[in-house]
Formats: sequence, C-alpha cells, structure tokens
Amino acid sequence: MVFAPQPMVNSYSPTLNFSENENMNTQQPKLLLTTSPFLKPRQDTRFIMWQVNLALLPVALAAIYYFGVSAILIIVACVAGALLPEWLHSRFQSAAISPLKDGTALITGLLLALTLPPSIPLWMAFLGGVSAIGIGKLLFGGIGYNAFNPALVGRAILQAAFPQAMTTWAPHTDLNGFSVLRGDLFALPFAQRSVDAVTEATPLAKMKFDAMITALPDLLRGSTAGSLGETSALIILLAGVYLASRRILSWRIPVSILATVFVLAGVTYWLAPDTQPQPLFHLFSGGLMLGAVFMATDPVTSPITQRGCVIFGIGIGVIVMVIRLFGGLPEGVMYSILIMNAMTPLIDRVAQPRIYGTE
Amino acid sequence: MANSSTEKQSTNDFIRGLWEENPVFVQVLGMCPVLAVSNTATNALAMGLATAFVLMMSSTLVSSLRSFIPKQVRIASFILIIATFVTVTEYIIQAISIELHKALGAFISLIVVNCVILGRSEAFASKNTIGRAFLDAAGMGAGFTFALLCLGAVREILGSGSLFGVPVLGTHFEPWVVMILPSGGFFTLAGWLLFFNWRKEKKKIQEKRAKAALAEV
Repeated sequence: MVFAPQPMVNSYSPTLNFSENENMNTQQPKLLLTTSPFLKPRQDTRFIMWQVNLALLPVALAAIYYFGVSAILIIVACVAGALLPEWLHSRFQSAAISPLKDGTALITGLLLALTLPPSIPLWMAFLGGVSAIGIGKLLFGGIGYNAFNPALVGRAILQAAFPQAMTTWAPHTDLNGFSVLRGDLFALPFAQRSVDAVTEATPLAKMKFDAMITALPDLLRGSTAGSLGETSALIILLAGVYLASRRILSWRIPVSILATVFVLAGVTYWLAPDTQPQPLFHLFSGGLMLGAVFMATDPVTSPITQRGCVIFGIGIGVIVMVIRLFGGLPEGVMYSILIMNAMTPLIDRVAQPRIYGTE
Repeated sequence: MANSSTEKQSTNDFIRGLWEENPVFVQVLGMCPVLAVSNTATNALAMGLATAFVLMMSSTLVSSLRSFIPKQVRIASFILIIATFVTVTEYIIQAISIELHKALGAFISLIVVNCVILGRSEAFASKNTIGRAFLDAAGMGAGFTFALLCLGAVREILGSGSLFGVPVLGTHFEPWVVMILPSGGFFTLAGWLLFFNWRKEKKKIQEKRAKAALAEV
C-alpha cells in the first residue's frame, strides 16, 4: 500500500520560513509569532505507513500461527523482493528522503505475502516483490504516482506467470505444525516444484466447484485453507476498525464494499436458498476482508472525494460478486480492485463536490 | 566516384530499414502481428518472412507501375497489389505447413492492412526507382523479421523453455505462462523498446560530447 505524500503541516510556521531564508535576518527570532493550530497530529507519510504496518502485524501473526515457518519465510522473501528495487532506485536517484524509511515498500511486501498461498516457492515470492515495487510503483514514477495498487500488481503478475503455483493451497494447522514446510518452498529459482505436498481447496473453491459450504465460525477464526492473509476475517476487521478510528483509512471504502457484497449475496441467497450460501459466507471468505480493508483503501489509487469513495467501493463489490458467481475463478477481489483502480481518475472527475454558491 | 556513391546509397536504403528506422523498434508500426503471433520463435519467423516477401514484391511492383497509377486511386491500387501477394503467400504457407497456417490464422490475411507495407509503397516505392524500392523493402522486411524474432525468441524461451521448439532450459524449467499470453507480448515489446531507446539516448549524448570537443579545438 502506497500513500500520497501528505502536505507537511508541521513545517507551516512563518518564523521557521524566515529563519530558513538566506536574505532575511538569519538570527534566531527572539519572539516566536505563529498562528494556530498549535497542537498538530502527526500525519506525514512515514507515520501513516508505520501505523498501517502496525495494523498488519496481527494479520501476519495469524498467518504465522496457521501456516508456521512457511508464512515467515514467504513474508521475508516478499519484503526482501520489495525492498531490493526501492533500495537500488534510491541509490541511483539521489532522493531527499530515503524511500526505504517511510515503510511503503515494507507494506507492499507484507501485503503481497499475505495474498500468496502458503506453498509458493520462495523465489516466486521474491520475484513477486520485485515486480510489485519495480513494475507496480517505480515505473509509474514512485510513491504517489502509481495508478494501481503495487502489491496487487505483483500478485497479478505472479498469477499470470505461474497460475498453478498460485492456486495450490496447503491445509492450515495450529502451532503444533509450526515447523512443517507447506510445499516445495526451497525449489531452485526458475525450476519446477516437486508437487507432492498435501493440498486443500479454499472455502470459495469448495463452494464453487464442490457445493460445500464452510461453517461461519471457521471463517471468522480463519481455520480454513487459503492465502496467508485470507484466514482470520475477525482479526482483519479489528485491524480495519483500528485504522479507521485513527482516520488513517477512509471508512467509506470498506463499508461500501462489504455492504454491496452483503446485499448482492443476500439477493442471490433469497433467489436460490438451496444452492447459494448465506450472505455472511461471502463477506468472511476469500480475500474480501483483506482487500477491502488494506488494499482498496490505498489513498493513491482510490478516489479523493467522499462520494467517489462510495462509488469506488460499490464498483469493487459488484465486480467481486460478478466474478464469484459467474466467472471462471472462485475469487475475484484482486481483479476487481485493479479494475476500479483504473477507474479512479474518472470517478474523481465525476464525483467532485458542488462548490457552494454555484449551479 | 559516381559508382561508389550509388553503392553507398543502396546499402543505406537497406540498412536504414533494418536498423535506424526499424519498423517495429523505431517507427513502432504494424504492432498487430508483432504482439499477436510472436508467442513462439517459429511463428515469429514465419510471420516476418511472409511480411517481408509481400513487402518486397509489392514495393517492386508499385515502383515499376508508379508512372501508370493515377494519383487519385493510388491507395486502392496499392492495396490491390498487396492483397494479390498476400493471397499468394497464404497459399504458399498452406502448401508448406498446414499447422503453421493454423497457428498464424487470420494474421496472414491481415498482412494486407499492415501499415508498414502500405507505408513503404506510399512513402518510398511510388517515388523511387525499382532497384531502390526493392532494397528499401528488403531492409524493412528484414528489420520487421528481426524484430519479430527478437520478441518471439524471448517469449518462447521464458514462456515454454524452448527455442524453435527445441528445449533449451532443461526439463525442470518452470514456464512463465504470462509470456505466451498477450500481456507477455506487451511486456517483451516494452523491454525491447526500452533497450533501443536507451541506446539511442546514449548515442545522442556521445554525439553531443564529440561536437563539444570539436568546438573546443
């Protein structure tokens, strides 16, 4: 997740500007004359990014609980992959502030890891991290300029390049199975995996292909197969509430996504209660929670206005349900967010608030 | 003296299309077959050769008929000439290999509307002698084939681990499926364009430096 550089509220103080100006009096002013506000919340990019990282921590811990050492290795590989192009870029392009310190690459790597299956070879995870930052962010001009969510760009590239590895899901365990590798994680780079790992279908795949519905408590707790971060809906929801309460994410986006999915799932359940799952199943299964809370809310790639956020969220919800119900894939959160990312400039133009006093 | 200058001109006509004004990497023309049928090196080579053949034959014919074709109907006449050779090419490919014909599909017929061919007829062949028109067409055709081969080789090696159907990366290679898909075509083309633009920029800087050095002397 990459955030636009916020205007630095901290530096707004006339005295400071005076003392920085060479032509003016270079002495320290005796009397500080400043206007309100005097108490300013810290709202720069770095602070926001580290708050998001903090909120992602419990989600990552849940992934480690369910998938053990594999989860740790994949997270490390993704973060390392995401940091590499950022580091190279900051070396060749003398940036004023090292982009490594603002934590954006860390978020991208962490989010990418959370969307990957626990059995993916580490070299693929690393490659995903490199392409997420390299292609998804730096090629577009770096922080604040990327049109698409970098973590999802990385995942989309991996999904297109290695569809088989990206759709093989290892079953979850608890801490007892901590040291069990979930697949051929240490496959040599560019070499095929040995496919003898135990696999299990995700709740959405079970629903779509086998008409089996996973119980709701399992989905909430996260004791299901799936990506690293697709497990516990409850933890992600709590992290989202924390970020929304600190005003770090716009609550309108996740709420409108979840409401749209809930309404559409309710309609399909009402039309065909025998074959369709309860609406809550759609809310808590798959990557919807992670996508709605952590990926759709990326301020760079989502609309600015409040009305725009709602349109954006509804669009994502509709596309998710269309892909889940009618598409060939069991899950469509990634593509729906990427499609709506592309719509964002358009939404921003349409959803401008009316200026007071004009027609 | 005159002999050497015409010789130089004819090599120029040829090299220009192959390198300096490469239809794909420099002019970025005729992208449809470039992206569509470059998923394997074999397809790319066949497509490139077919286009080069049509280009050479039609340019020669257009050049030889250039004083007979009225200005008002020249585009229609060019298209007619090109279409004739495309039909010939299609039958030839069908006779050589029915599989190749299937793999290339509609893109053989679509050579008719390839803007490289019409572009060379309009911009060069209709204004120059037969010899120069043929050399120009040969250069452009070779450049087009070269570009397609560049794309096809990269996409086949990464996408299926083979080159011209021969495995080169061993049996344990995990293929990058994306490279065979249409998006892989865009990625590969972007990579090659990056390379060529980088080279061009470097050359420009070198020329500037040389000029500056001359001015100092």
